[in-house]
Amino acid sequence: MIGTWKRWLVPLAAVPVLGLLAYGFRTDPRAIPSPLVGRSAAAFSLTTFDGQPVSLEAYRGRVIVLNFWASWCYPACYEEAPVLEAGWRAYRDRGVVVLGVDIQDTEAAARRFIAQFGLTFPNAPDPTGRVSIDYGVYGVPETFVIDQRGKIRAKHVGAVTEALFREKVEPLLGEAPG
Amino acid sequence: MIPEIGHAALIVALVLSLYGAIVAALSARSAAPRWLAAARHTAVAQFVLVTGAGVALEYLLITSDFSVRYVANTSISTSPLRYKVAGLWGALEGSILLWEWLQALFVLLVARKAATLRRELGGYTLAVLFVVSGVFLLLAAVITNPFERLPTPAAEGRGLNPLLEVTDMLIHPLLLYTGYVGFGVPYAFALAALLAGRVDETWLTATRRWTVTAWLFLSAGILYGGWWSYRTLGWGGYWAWDPVENASLMPWLMGTAFVHSVMVQERRPMLKIWNLTLITLTFALTIFGTFLTRSGVLSSVHAFASGAVGPFLLGYFAVILLGSLGLLVWRWDRLGERAELETLLSRESVFLVNNLLLVAFCFTVFFGTIFPLLAEAVRGVKVSVGVPYFNLVTVPIILLILVMMGAGPLVPWRQGSWGRLARLLRLPAVLALLGSLALWLVGGVRGDLVALGYTLPFFVAAAVMLEFWRAARGRRRATGEGLPTAFARLLRQNHRRYGGLIVHLGVVLIAIGVAASSVGKVEREVQLQRGESLELGRYRLRFDGLGASEQPTHLLVSAEVQVFEGPRLLTTLRPGQRLYPTSQSPFATVGVRYGLMRDLYVILAGFDREGRWATFKAQIHPMIAWIWLGGGVVVLGGLVAVWPLRQRVVTTVSAPEGVVIAGASEQAP
Repeated sequence: MIGTWKRWLVPLAAVPVLGLLAYGFRTDPRAIPSPLVGRSAAAFSLTTFDGQPVSLEAYRGRVIVLNFWASWCYPACYEEAPVLEAGWRAYRDRGVVVLGVDIQDTEAAARRFIAQFGLTFPNAPDPTGRVSIDYGVYGVPETFVIDQRGKIRAKHVGAVTEALFREKVEPLLGEAPG
Repeated sequence: MIPEIGHAALIVALVLSLYGAIVAALSARSAAPRWLAAARHTAVAQFVLVTGAGVALEYLLITSDFSVRYVANTSISTSPLRYKVAGLWGALEGSILLWEWLQALFVLLVARKAATLRRELGGYTLAVLFVVSGVFLLLAAVITNPFERLPTPAAEGRGLNPLLEVTDMLIHPLLLYTGYVGFGVPYAFALAALLAGRVDETWLTATRRWTVTAWLFLSAGILYGGWWSYRTLGWGGYWAWDPVENASLMPWLMGTAFVHSVMVQERRPMLKIWNLTLITLTFALTIFGTFLTRSGVLSSVHAFASGAVGPFLLGYFAVILLGSLGLLVWRWDRLGERAELETLLSRESVFLVNNLLLVAFCFTVFFGTIFPLLAEAVRGVKVSVGVPYFNLVTVPIILLILVMMGAGPLVPWRQGSWGRLARLLRLPAVLALLGSLALWLVGGVRGDLVALGYTLPFFVAAAVMLEFWRAARGRRRATGEGLPTAFARLLRQNHRRYGGLIVHLGVVLIAIGVAASSVGKVEREVQLQRGESLELGRYRLRFDGLGASEQPTHLLVSAEVQVFEGPRLLTTLRPGQRLYPTSQSPFATVGVRYGLMRDLYVILAGFDREGRWATFKAQIHPMIAWIWLGGGVVVLGGLVAVWPLRQRVVTTVSAPEGVVIAGASEQAP
């Protein structure tokens, strides 16, 4: 017969496992560090919904917030659209540009989305999917912060919050264009 | 209005589950019959209310009421009716409601039986089940309320995950959930026995059929999931050791151990603590599975979105584990074992070894599943545990289990004899060796360790079939019945044992299918111009062009592939891709020619928009059909084991020499 106190080891054995699982809430299994961070951002040129040519090259020397979205991406893209617009308005005079790339979408739905949120930053469709492949976009929304020298400095998966501008964009503003 | 009514139904059902738990517990303590009657009525009312909530949600889905968040998330107004209906289990909130509906159904079924049970056992069992139901109602009514309104109604919904737009997706979750919920019944009985402090065999005998039924549903659910994955996902596999797949396998393994070990306690006063622990772990693992699927703690292809559900389910999991095991420790002294293993070789010891193997299997799967979390917690690195780990550690265990499956059922209770066992196993062993030898020499199958993948299943199959043959022959000699009649009577007379043996045969077929298809798989990926062919094994596949058609929810691009064997045209396959406006990656429509000995499996991997060329992935899966066939046999055997046959008083048959181990010593009590 097992000693009385040793019996309690049976339920106690479960405690470390439970602790480990609880720890799991603090981690995000999808937040796999992007190998692109620290590398040069892939060049592209697209045409915006307004018919203007837009390219990464043209914004060299500014901090770029490159956002991949789609009109069917509900609710995350709907949550972040006002945040992006506000960030664009707040930081555009300080050398920041927000650039939206609409992927896997129909043009009419995308235009409705832009109108719904009154987006004023440049937004372009990616008809061939080339740009989203170059950036390894796994799901929408995904957002990349690119510095003045064209290097990817951060990647954000899911809806963007003001914290992105505060913590990821703001610190880059002092850096010299390369 | 409907959403509010549905939500109100859930809240009232939640209150009722509390009330039900209280009156059921009172019915255990007091002899007055009114308490049990009240509990039974509460069970009926709860079931009606939950059903009403389900109907309300279904109504909202069918009428595309996009003011409800859940409907907007899982439905599109233009999609066909059956996809709207499928929205009920298309996302987290609905799946919890479906789960709770099954839970309420099981409470009702047990409540109807409760009067036939000993008062304490029936009362506490119902009380536990009401609490279990209440937990899910709390989840459904408060945390994952499917009736929650959007601040502003959406103009259009998002639509169902395209993978769920298949009728199979009704069957797979229903089977699995029934299995999960079903294991709650033996668990509730076990807990009731502990609460009542009367831990004899009553709770086991009362739950025999419940347990095997739950096991049967869980087995069928897992197999159906594999079959669905193979036919529709287009990667040519059926099992990937994904965390959520593991989550369904773990309770199955633990439950399988339980199904076997109860047979020991039914006959001998031993393994009491062990059985209580097994059923607690089985039930806890079903909740763990729900937690894994819904918490977002581990990355999985099956995962639902997360939220407050994760911590809630983890808390529930903790309460079940710590509470039940604590109760077990508290009652430890009443659980004294009154019998011990007498010899190394007996049915009892065989069951014990089988149990240790299954539990070890379960533990390795559990360890592999949570290892990424452990690695991140301890070393701060992201790792993933893949197929190589699982194959490496589980294959030896599976082979040992197969040995036990062949030999175990031939070992008698209490006292076995090695000499007799050797005699009984000689013929199956010889047959298995001859069969494998033939495969190796004639069939050209590789002769290394993989041969075990055939030899052992053959061995088990031969042992089981010889067992049937001996028993039927013995019965024929004794009664003068014809062989088929003798066989049928045998099944009736001892349906648990022979149902179990049929399940073993099914497992053998599955083992052969798994071994053959994983070792003998052939694959080629080739880009073809229109009119060109590719050779794969005995087949020649000619690409004859592409076509596109507009379907209600997607665009279907499919290729026409003519399959030749020699000069003979066998069939035309149409592998395709379904392109959904709401999804980034296309979904495969696989072109398959099914066959008993091999499946030809063709995937359209890429194509030219002008239709000039296409890339194909073509695979041959040898004997993969045996897995599904074996699954059918497992279900059949399970049905034989649980089918409510009236136990007729068996005419006393004096078993002739040599068949004692078969039927006669195995009368069900």
